Amino acid sequence: MTTHRIRGLAALLLASSLAVGAVQAASGDRQADPLDSPRWGDMRKEFFPAKARVVFDSRVKVSAPLTAENALNVPVSVDAGALPDATEVLVFADFNPITRIVRFRPEGAHPGLGFRIKLQQSTPVRAAVKTRDGVWHVGGTWVNTTGGGCTLPSAGSASPEWQKRLGEVSSRVWERKEGGERIRLRIIHPEDTGLAAGVPAFYIQELKLTDEQGAPLLHIEGFEPLAENPVFSVDIPAARTAAGYRVSGRDNNGNAISAVIEK
Amino acid sequence: MSILSRASRSVIALFTLSWALLLAAADMDYGLQPVAIADGTWVLVGRSEDFSTANGGNIVNTGFIVTPAGVLVIDSGPSRAYGEQLKRAIARITDRPVTLVVNTHHHPDHFLGNQAFAPETLAALPGTINGIHTEGGAFNDNMYRLAGDWMAGTEPVAPAKQLTAGPLDLGGHHLELIALDGHTGADLAIFDRSTGVLFAGDLVFNDRAPTTPHANLAAWQKALDRLEGLGFKQLVPGHGPVARDTAPLRQTRAWLSWLDANLRQAAEDGLDMTEVLAIQPPAEFRRLAVVEAEYRRSVGQLYPAYEQQALSRSGRNAR
Repeated sequence: MTTHRIRGLAALLLASSLAVGAVQAASGDRQADPLDSPRWGDMRKEFFPAKARVVFDSRVKVSAPLTAENALNVPVSVDAGALPDATEVLVFADFNPITRIVRFRPEGAHPGLGFRIKLQQSTPVRAAVKTRDGVWHVGGTWVNTTGGGCTLPSAGSASPEWQKRLGEVSSRVWERKEGGERIRLRIIHPEDTGLAAGVPAFYIQELKLTDEQGAPLLHIEGFEPLAENPVFSVDIPAARTAAGYRVSGRDNNGNAISAVIEK
Repeated sequence: MSILSRASRSVIALFTLSWALLLAAADMDYGLQPVAIADGTWVLVGRSEDFSTANGGNIVNTGFIVTPAGVLVIDSGPSRAYGEQLKRAIARITDRPVTLVVNTHHHPDHFLGNQAFAPETLAALPGTINGIHTEGGAFNDNMYRLAGDWMAGTEPVAPAKQLTAGPLDLGGHHLELIALDGHTGADLAIFDRSTGVLFAGDLVFNDRAPTTPHANLAAWQKALDRLEGLGFKQLVPGHGPVARDTAPLRQTRAWLSWLDANLRQAAEDGLDMTEVLAIQPPAEFRRLAVVEAEYRRSVGQLYPAYEQQALSRSGRNAR
């Protein structure tokens, strides 16, 4: 290899990095990805309009284990409570075969959610929080895993007993020391991704949490990577606590989910 | 010019690294050194670590008892290479044949060396044999990911011979086979009444945090009570150094008891799994090897059941 050719290569690399810089400047993003993921550019294009303002913001807290031993059941908590007025939260994982995990709108509930996901390999897990001014605030963390979580069939897909319990909800409400209440709920559902051979995608697409009067608290749009028999943790601020709550929704096959959450 | 020289340096470095890796691969020597702890009784103590490409999976204790009627091997190690090296280590000490190889339970570091031994010598509890049949393949795949080249040629081999609990006399050693459960669904402990040595398998860990992928914490603590009542002189744990007292047994019980209480309380308090992971184990357990990693794994393995128990008390399906 000659010096000349290497210089040519260097020039080409320099030119292409300038081009990338130009695209970023045009879209209004000036920050480097704090998670340094080669997929960030793709995520930016896929999930946000070119003209949208997207900023990395450490006020968006994403908690997940640095090393996830079980790729089928990786716990993640998102908390956007430090932002003044979060209207929508999108959670995604750069390197998952299905990147979108869950989208939720706090409509009275605290702007946060605890849930569990399936990961196929080590990846950043991010939450993008849209505030009322239209700006997207992105926080996230790396999760290392040996992976394979998305291409395995669920245990439930093979069990007739579980099919009978499909959509069954168990739940409980706690008073929080900080004030307000915490609702935890678990729904029996295989949450199949469609990536395991011969097992079609089968997952919860929509959940609405309301108080017993039907006033909305939280809207959840679910995607394939949510873990089997998903468990959610939701906090309700003191001003919105109620005598009881309801959850309703459906999966992608139209099966209804409906339950009363009693105290 | 400076670009060229930097590039050539990288190329040279890469070649050197590849050769170093190849040479390391050619020398998969566990350096097994059996230590005599009692009459005819030898132990090979593994490292108090997680599985890695550096240790080749040798994080486990194996042992053997040499008798005039032949050699009893207790656990065969994490790989075919380990099994073969264990067999050679035995042959350096005695020319008596290996007549019985028992697997204390179905975890990969305790049976993946089975290939090195004659199939008719392999034996285990029925639950262990079933476990190897159903999960052995997945364990083996996972070990290739965790330990790499050390696993070359390793395939899971399930024993055909079923062991039953009770006395077993072997060349003058009065052994007691004790069938328990709790670490897995079938855990075998072997008590040699002639020497007072108890091989406890993974029911006992010493100065290393216990693993719990198949654990039933209540059954496990009951099993420890049974072992404590045996009046052994020496205790060979599944992981960690050999002991002359019941300290490792009490340490294991204390950890399981804390883990159980902590997870129950967390579920009763409505904690999300990420919040449970953030809990620090108490100071008395901080000196246990790999305690952070094992706590994290145990939360993932065990918390969903505690959580479900806590959640089941309320919620009514409207349909």
